[in-house]
Amino acid sequence: MNLNFLDFEQPIAELEAKIEELRYVGSDNEINIGEEIQRLQNKSRDLTESIFSNLKAAQIAQLARHPQRPYFLDYIEQLFTDFEELHGDRAFADDNAIVGGVARLDGRPLMVIGQQKGRDTKEKVRRNFGMPRPEGYRKALRLMHMAERFKLPVLTFIDTPGAYPGVGAEERGQSEAIARNLFEMSALKTPIITTVIGEGGSGGALAIGVGDRLMMLQYSTYSVISPEGCASILWKSSDKAAEAAEAMGLTAHRLKELGLIDHIISEPLGGAHRDPEMMAANLRQALLESLEIVDATPLDKLLEQRYTKLIRYGNYAE
Amino acid sequence: MNWFTKLLPSRIRTEGGNRKSVPEGLWSKCQACGAVLYRAEMDRNLDVCPKCDHHMRIGARQRLEQFLDAEGREEIAANLKPVDALKFRDIKKYKDRLTQAQRATSEHDALVVMQGTLKSMPLVAAAFEFKFMGGSMGSVVGERFVRAVNTCIEHNMPLVCFSASGGARMQEALFSLMQMAKTSAALARLNKKGIPFISVMTDPTMGGVSASLAMLGDINAAEPNALIGFAGPRVIEQTVRETLPEGFQRSEFLLEHGAIDMIIDRREMRDRLANVLAMLTRQPSL
Repeated sequence: MNLNFLDFEQPIAELEAKIEELRYVGSDNEINIGEEIQRLQNKSRDLTESIFSNLKAAQIAQLARHPQRPYFLDYIEQLFTDFEELHGDRAFADDNAIVGGVARLDGRPLMVIGQQKGRDTKEKVRRNFGMPRPEGYRKALRLMHMAERFKLPVLTFIDTPGAYPGVGAEERGQSEAIARNLFEMSALKTPIITTVIGEGGSGGALAIGVGDRLMMLQYSTYSVISPEGCASILWKSSDKAAEAAEAMGLTAHRLKELGLIDHIISEPLGGAHRDPEMMAANLRQALLESLEIVDATPLDKLLEQRYTKLIRYGNYAE
Repeated sequence: MNWFTKLLPSRIRTEGGNRKSVPEGLWSKCQACGAVLYRAEMDRNLDVCPKCDHHMRIGARQRLEQFLDAEGREEIAANLKPVDALKFRDIKKYKDRLTQAQRATSEHDALVVMQGTLKSMPLVAAAFEFKFMGGSMGSVVGERFVRAVNTCIEHNMPLVCFSASGGARMQEALFSLMQMAKTSAALARLNKKGIPFISVMTDPTMGGVSASLAMLGDINAAEPNALIGFAGPRVIEQTVRETLPEGFQRSEFLLEHGAIDMIIDRREMRDRLANVLAMLTRQPSL
């Protein structure tokens, strides 16, 4: 099994392997097999298109957690210039699961904040697998208040399995840290644009995700609990994660239908990791459009709109 | 039948069935110390064990009845009912779970809100019904909470909320997550108006409720020995792979770590909250 491909992508992996083989043969052979390679490449693209046009929620959840998926720092490198990381919550520690700082997008200074998962084992541990502790949320809030003072728009990027469930995190008030961010962000006097770039895991995601615009990458997810957690509580078995994913409707497409998010950002065929440059370009485009929208609204009206949007969440009968 | 009963003539033998002569619900047992308690005495003692001071879980309506003055209570947003917008189904349908919970509790959803007075001070009080799907926060809970806040703003009166909840309601998926943002946004408005909000956390206050409205009080209080936290103890144990310290995530632990202002015995709840609220609203001593 090719580990660069997910289980449901294996037919594509097999085709790609065949193409590689032919290329190898082609390079030390007189016969022209370019035509055959071209034919197989078309076939591979068609197959990818057909598989990706009909993905299940659980498969999208796999893509959202793909080990090769671009992370926040990858986008920082590709999208922004002049990035200066700002560290620490000024009270306890610097949490490496949340990265924040000032940067420029097309020359315009902004505050950028996002969760970072880490690529190799060492980095994963350093980033705590993207699971922030209270000091991470408090750092994020400190930077948001700074942005408010210097009139910089805030861009946040969500990619976390959730807030860290640990002894120290509880001792230092994980609940309060999350609650405080929701409270403050709801009335922060500067525009906030949030993009879910990978996994949007529950309160730990929302804690940097309250704002004026909420966007999701096409194969990112956003949910109240992980599919595994939901399955083990409601189905009493974590094997039912696929069913739980479907039932919760955690995909961008479904959440857009339900009116919970503002915009879906298209991913390259096969997912963001297949073409990170194209993904970054799409993201840049969407961020610029969102900035244009919030720029066009006076701040007091923007805050009123933000409040109204938050207050309208929910379904009930009267 | 043991050897002794076998020896007895049959007319002296008593059948086991006869023993059930005590009417049900007259006596109860304290879950903490095992003391057998007389129901009427428990009522007088607000469901706190007279032997060991264990605070038993109580329903939302009972909570508000013992907290508010008897006169002039009016329920807010009682007409709101939950809907199953997602057609959510796990091993049971959400719709059926709702019906079941509604039958078991006689409530439409897990939060009850009342406008009333505390020692003649007008205020709004909200209480979670833990028996309604674990006091979970879905759209109705969020909306009722916001209406409670709006009533407070409209009449310039304080808000008190007694929470008892496992967290967000999974069956409403992302809608319930957004209730965290919604209730917090409403509290930010209340805060800006200079109106006090007192959050009283009771056993248990976890997950999305603790990580939103419950931790946002001007004063955060808790009943003794209530379980309060973000992640459940079992999840933490599985993550860190060590046994948790005694008293972890209990009220006393939170007080020690600076997360709450005070622990209040239920039998002193009215006195202490009235005292604090009178000062925060700059009224003469009661």
